[in-house]
Amino acid sequence: MMDRVVVERNTYHDSVLLMLLSEELRQAPGVLEVAVLSATPVNVNLLRDRGFDILADVGPNDLLIAVRADDARVVDDLVQQVEGRLTQHTSPDATNTLTPPPASVMSAAKRNDEINVAAVAVPNGYATYEVASALEAGLHVFCFSSGVELKDEAALKRRAAELGLLVMGPDCGTALINGVPYGFVNAVRAGPVGLVAASGTGAQQIMCLLDAAGVGISHVIGVGSNDLHADVGGLMAFEALNLLSSDPRTQVIAIISKPPAPAVTAELRKRVATVGKPCVLMFLGEKPPFQEKEQGQVGTIARSLEHAAIQLSTLAGGTLVLADMRPPSLTLGSIRGLFCGGSLCHEAMMVVSGAAATRSNLAFDSPLDLLHLREVKGHAFFDFGEESLTHGRAHPMIDPGLRNSVFLEQAALPDVGVVLLDVILGYGAHADPAGELAPLVGRAIDSRAGSCTVIVTVVGTAADPQGIAGQVSRLREAGALVTSSVSQAARVALVAAGYP
Amino acid sequence: MNGNLLIDPAGVASVGVSLFAEELSRHGVVVERVDWRPAPTDGRLALNRLALLAQRINRANDLAVQLMQESQPKLIGVRPAREVIGALEPGAFLHAGPPVGWAAMSGPLRGAIIGASMYEGLSQDPDDAVRQAETGRFKFIPCHDYQSVGPMAGVVSPSMPLWIVRNEGGGNVAYSTLNEGLGRVLRYGAFDQQVLERLRWMERVLAPILDDALQKLDSPLDLRALMAQALQMGDELHNRNRAATSLFLRELFPALLETRESTQNLLDAVRFISHNDHFFLNLSMAAAKATADAAAGVPCSSIVVAMARNGTEFGIRLSGTGSRWFTGPAGEVSGLYFPGFGPENASRDIGDSTITETIGLGGFAMAAAPAIIQFVGGTQGSAEFLTRSMYEITWSESQMYRIPQLGFRGTPLGIDCREVVHTGILPAINTGIAHKEPGVGQIGAGMVAPPAEAFIAALKGLAEVARS
Repeated sequence: MMDRVVVERNTYHDSVLLMLLSEELRQAPGVLEVAVLSATPVNVNLLRDRGFDILADVGPNDLLIAVRADDARVVDDLVQQVEGRLTQHTSPDATNTLTPPPASVMSAAKRNDEINVAAVAVPNGYATYEVASALEAGLHVFCFSSGVELKDEAALKRRAAELGLLVMGPDCGTALINGVPYGFVNAVRAGPVGLVAASGTGAQQIMCLLDAAGVGISHVIGVGSNDLHADVGGLMAFEALNLLSSDPRTQVIAIISKPPAPAVTAELRKRVATVGKPCVLMFLGEKPPFQEKEQGQVGTIARSLEHAAIQLSTLAGGTLVLADMRPPSLTLGSIRGLFCGGSLCHEAMMVVSGAAATRSNLAFDSPLDLLHLREVKGHAFFDFGEESLTHGRAHPMIDPGLRNSVFLEQAALPDVGVVLLDVILGYGAHADPAGELAPLVGRAIDSRAGSCTVIVTVVGTAADPQGIAGQVSRLREAGALVTSSVSQAARVALVAAGYP
Repeated sequence: MNGNLLIDPAGVASVGVSLFAEELSRHGVVVERVDWRPAPTDGRLALNRLALLAQRINRANDLAVQLMQESQPKLIGVRPAREVIGALEPGAFLHAGPPVGWAAMSGPLRGAIIGASMYEGLSQDPDDAVRQAETGRFKFIPCHDYQSVGPMAGVVSPSMPLWIVRNEGGGNVAYSTLNEGLGRVLRYGAFDQQVLERLRWMERVLAPILDDALQKLDSPLDLRALMAQALQMGDELHNRNRAATSLFLRELFPALLETRESTQNLLDAVRFISHNDHFFLNLSMAAAKATADAAAGVPCSSIVVAMARNGTEFGIRLSGTGSRWFTGPAGEVSGLYFPGFGPENASRDIGDSTITETIGLGGFAMAAAPAIIQFVGGTQGSAEFLTRSMYEITWSESQMYRIPQLGFRGTPLGIDCREVVHTGILPAINTGIAHKEPGVGQIGAGMVAPPAEAFIAALKGLAEVARS
């Protein structure tokens, strides 16, 4: 073991630089100690405590290089290295000046004053704070996330109303505002129909049927699935109605939702009376008799999404004609509906339940779960976008994998006669849903040797990115019946299953 | 009233699933992607509870931060602690950080208590001091409870001289001890004869000279102005105080000469200050304490008004939750060590000096201190990145303290506890590393992260009181 102490008289270097250098050189093999320090009394004591022999005639203006190593060669080498480094300019490069990305909507809004909307798609349970901060930052909100308590949703929407801001959500999958698509939206032409939608896929079905009839959309204002619940009271729906009522591009309005709370419906009727434009109300799942006797009074009640589209089309001066479907062969057995879109599932189920009993995972009492779907007898409908099925999994409109594999299982069951499916195109959706589904349809039909009918509702427009013509023809080639209206699909299903 | 989205062009801040952001960009919409990460569960629940109070909290924060902005800490004198802090009866000691008892105290803090008790003549020797401490004869109180702050162990006893800093904005006062210098000192837990003699000299010679000189100034010494200048000379006022110490000595020098002190005393005083690069630290801390205290007690405010460590726990206080401490374990400092020392020798994080970060200096201003950035093994770029990250968790920017390297942008001011939990970005802290055995002294310096749980607990505390 060898020590050496070198004194560089009147030499100054920044103390931190020296510490860094010492640390680095300490790692070299054979090195027991390296210290490069200015010879202040404290440092001199430090080195003496470590056993170095420091002469008395050093002072704070001098630099000490204290080295200890296994042998003389290592010591020489070390001293040389230290001296070499100290004569270089060793400042690290200062080129890396990255700015961290904004970590909150507030921060994003501060950086860029063109920002006026927050699009929130965080895991469920995280959205409340995001929506609240966005509003206080003066932003409108599109909130795809759910998991916000109803009373909190109401409070947030009251605050939004104070600020003149929109909260589209929570649990809002679709909005189209001034040509800007939020969430799952189809490429539709611009036109006079404005939708207030508490249901995303319901809005999509209507806008696609209208587009095929040459009728365009002004805006789709999503309000979130719970907006018309008693505890929220339709706060955003009313706001949306106001906006569409004063919007010069909107001539006809529709409100699409599951049945609102009675008090909310009553208020809605009152507002609709003051709008000054024809309104169609579509409450999905409303049991007959529909208050059609109130037709001609304030607002028209539609009995289905299809019916709503027809009424809207007429009001907008277009003509919606559904292509006739050739009558299917009889394939007796139960009807199974397996859907990515909740409202499409609901609508199909409503049509079928007009003729026979159905079970579903949407029911309030004894809802079906996925395991029981294998054992249940009779007609059954399953919404794969339901909240419990989307934990840790992408929404089926983005990734229909689970729905598709359940389809194969169900279609193989001997007592199943008809399977109803949906394929939803548009922005945000899977790039080629028919490409995934068609081969499975082919396999299913072949394996049942024609004793199972597969009916696919394709919700999409000519301008959608997936290419609707190709999607439809793939499915038809595979043996599926294809339609653009889920009501029609359900009626055809009943015929195939032997109902009059 | 905000604009009509049915007419106005849209610019979107996208949080979460980027799929939608991509589609928006394809449509030519301006999109800013937010770098979102999920908060831990209890943080998320607290944030959701506070979400509905956002308007009220935001208004309270505006007020709290305005009070910080308006603070003008001025140095008005030096007095013995017993004269200004009534609670400091014999046997009572202030200490850094949140409350802690003898049994849980870290090595450096115990050493400082031992030393202070001998300095006060309460104990004859270290064993006597320990005996008295163990049998409950001493009383231990956080400095923060008496408008004080102390670096490292931060022990204050009745005879010790304190800087008196008055905030001419808010009218409140703050105190700090005088810095003893480097090496074997009380604040690192040393208690040998040399330490005690130095303390006595500071009390009997240095403090009266300083007070005398301060009274001779035309007006109270403007600490804020001095700190603002030092920040533009490479100091960050926590781990780098060289420029500030020099400016301070320059300010005071003529007044020192005007005192009727003997040449030897003057010489000793001036040498003492000159040889200590961190002499100004205690003043920086007192000024920061005066600034932060001005913002304390605003109902519903989520702004952090104290961050402090005692070597065992790290504690914070919020403006809206009064004197309540929210704590978590004090962290391990990650940094560079002096020769012969390593992480195995280190004490956990200790000291009230994080009061500087609390008002946006120290680690928050690292972009202004090129020499310090090497402690994070970093480049100027990474120091700037760190300071810029702090803007994500602060409410506003200082009007007085500006960073040349960021185009003279104001330092990040007003830590919003909600955003610390929301973003997961913890306040950046630079600190010295003490040896864990009492009396050895500083063994290095580096960065330390505060415990996230303290901030989550604070949010829960705020949710409890903000409703009522």
